[in-house]
Amino acid sequence: MSDLSQLYQSVILDHNRNPRNFRSLEEADGRADGYNPLCGDKVTVWVKLDGDQIADVCFKGEGCALSKASASLMTTAIKGKTRSEIEQLYSLFHELVTGELGAEVPREQLGKLKVFSGVAEFPSRVKCASMAWHALQSALKASNKETDLNPDGESSNAV
Amino acid sequence: MVHGRPLVYLDNAATSQKPRAVLEAMTRFYTGDNANIHRGVHQLSERATEAYEAARRRLQRFLGAESPEEIVFVRGTTDGVNLVAQAFARPRLSPGDEVLVTVMEHHSNFVPWQLVAEQTGASFRVAPVDNSGDLDLERLSRMVTSRTRVVALTHVSNALGTVNPVRRIADLAHQAGAVVVLDAAQSVPHTRVDVRALGCDFLACSGHKMLGPTGIGVVYGRRDLLESMPPYQAGGGMIERVTAARTTFAPPPGRFEAGTPPIAQAIGLAAAADYLEDLGQEAVAAHEHQLVGLAVEALGAIPGVRLVGTPRERLAVVSFTIDGAHPHDVATILDQEGIAVRAGHHCTQPLMDHFGIPGTVRASFSFYNLPEEIHALVRGIARVREVLG
Repeated sequence: MSDLSQLYQSVILDHNRNPRNFRSLEEADGRADGYNPLCGDKVTVWVKLDGDQIADVCFKGEGCALSKASASLMTTAIKGKTRSEIEQLYSLFHELVTGELGAEVPREQLGKLKVFSGVAEFPSRVKCASMAWHALQSALKASNKETDLNPDGESSNAV
Repeated sequence: MVHGRPLVYLDNAATSQKPRAVLEAMTRFYTGDNANIHRGVHQLSERATEAYEAARRRLQRFLGAESPEEIVFVRGTTDGVNLVAQAFARPRLSPGDEVLVTVMEHHSNFVPWQLVAEQTGASFRVAPVDNSGDLDLERLSRMVTSRTRVVALTHVSNALGTVNPVRRIADLAHQAGAVVVLDAAQSVPHTRVDVRALGCDFLACSGHKMLGPTGIGVVYGRRDLLESMPPYQAGGGMIERVTAARTTFAPPPGRFEAGTPPIAQAIGLAAAADYLEDLGQEAVAAHEHQLVGLAVEALGAIPGVRLVGTPRERLAVVSFTIDGAHPHDVATILDQEGIAVRAGHHCTQPLMDHFGIPGTVRASFSFYNLPEEIHALVRGIARVREVLG
């Protein structure tokens, strides 16, 4: 496969054209914007938590095929996962797109996110693939703060 | 060669490639005359000083300034605009005064004015463009008031290629008692720029966009204005006499050139000015005009390609979007074909907001580009379609 077709795999093109979870969430526990000052692209990520797990996550924004597909695939990959599972997944993803993921690590751990392996050949595009993840991390932090501020306020979300 | 293909360099508005003559002038200086200037009594220092001051005189002629004292060497256009904003405008502005820029300014001729307005309480006003990417002169003329102190605008838009009617706007500004600051970064590489014909009071431009090295640029300032300005940065070379009680400063241009300046770069820039004038600025303009015409026609004929900005007069830049393809993806795919373009907002976010787009793909030309390279760009766009489906 050429570098380009490795970069723009059909799964990525599909998620660019038909992004999943492309909507806003009014009753979110956390919300954050991600910017790429280089190109002016932006993404907003909303998360709703059920205890430590992601109950719902969605995004909206403008961006290139890579950033949009990355946001879309991220939302499908993290639903139902806990914070620490997400942290692990992101660190694998980050190593994948920066070309630092050891050959011995089975790509299957990344699930569908492995389609971003081609990004490693395009260092200038790493930011595009990471933008939504950075916004997600900020959104999770924001949800943390809300929990801290209202230690009893989780009743509306509690099962 | 790029990705195994011959380079098609269409990112000249970002920086130009350098002629051998420029590199050789700098190498000659470093190998034969290298010394610090205005310091040593030894012969080498005298030669270096003379070469540096000869470069200043060269740029004076290049820009049509009245005297070499009106030419200040700076790091580039950004540095130059900041110098004028902080050393000229800041001490003069007070609440109620107005600074007028245009929405098509590069951030480097936008943010320094926004900042100095905040620092002084002056109001910061932004003149609009119409949908073709030309300044809306009627609205602009109403925005020039008796409170306007500075009108800062670009000669040529780096994002759209629009050539602004500088003389007309300068006349308007002067009638209102305002001073005109011109960003000439995108015009000096492509056409004859004469500060007196344009009627600007200050002008800033960069060496690296006009075939010269990085790290050097020029501020032209009207002599009486430069003389009235306090120093911008302090250090060696810009003083007359220093004591613990008081320092007196050198007259312009030395007052604004604290520290060891980019000597070799000034010499390289002078060689670039020689090179451009030897080529003939009219011939350069005619060739580039032909390239731009060809690009506008060829790109405009591709279904799904939209030109951003269709100004009355255009220099060296064509910006466009492709339906269903983000500029970043377009640039990555073109790069694989060996074609270097710029994608994004081109440091003109207010202008992109005006057009309601996050960015464009920009092809920008120089005298060394050829019609074949525009055909390569057109083929590259077909490849974009193939890849993105």
